[in-house]
Amino acid sequence: MTIQLTHFSAAFVFALFASVVFGITHRETTRDMVRYGLYCFVMFLGGAFVAGWAMWLIRR
Amino acid sequence: MANSNPVRTKAAEAASAGTMAVVAPAVGWLIPGAGHMIQGRWVRGVLLFVSIATLFLVGLGMQGHIYKANGGDILDILGFIGDLGAGGLYVLTLAMNWGQGAIAFAIADYGTKFMIVAGLLNFIAVADAYHIAIGKKQ
Repeated sequence: MTIQLTHFSAAFVFALFASVVFGITHRETTRDMVRYGLYCFVMFLGGAFVAGWAMWLIRR
Repeated sequence: MANSNPVRTKAAEAASAGTMAVVAPAVGWLIPGAGHMIQGRWVRGVLLFVSIATLFLVGLGMQGHIYKANGGDILDILGFIGDLGAGGLYVLTLAMNWGQGAIAFAIADYGTKFMIVAGLLNFIAVADAYHIAIGKKQ
């Protein structure tokens, strides 16, 4: 079985699971874990969008 | 009579914490999240297991390549160190002869990176389990 993911869905899966681990391991309280996990998730996906648009601009 | 000898009780607690400081990281490396589970952090342990195992298995499903110890090339050695972090998942993958795909297309390359990152994330989880065991973290 081969899993076929688009570039975006691959970035989404990566961001989701990496953020969960970062949130749990980098903060003390449950509230801080959730907040930091969400922050990491937004930064991962936001970074992918920014990098994508940057490459689009460079290519023009 | 439970606290009849506080010195002995404290010594027993210290010995127990010392044992846990070795056992929790070892178990956590072998089974992602298990180092948290054996210390009673069930929700954290399950979330870590699901996240790390899913990332690794999705990478495997994307025809990612697993690195072995005798890679020779420095990048192969770094890939091996990353993969090794996944513990039991890495051993299982080698035992079943999975992860032999050639990195011929982008998705397979992503899969390879997914497995390496899963291992590296497990290293972080192992360190976290150790910090809980020595009382540095709740």
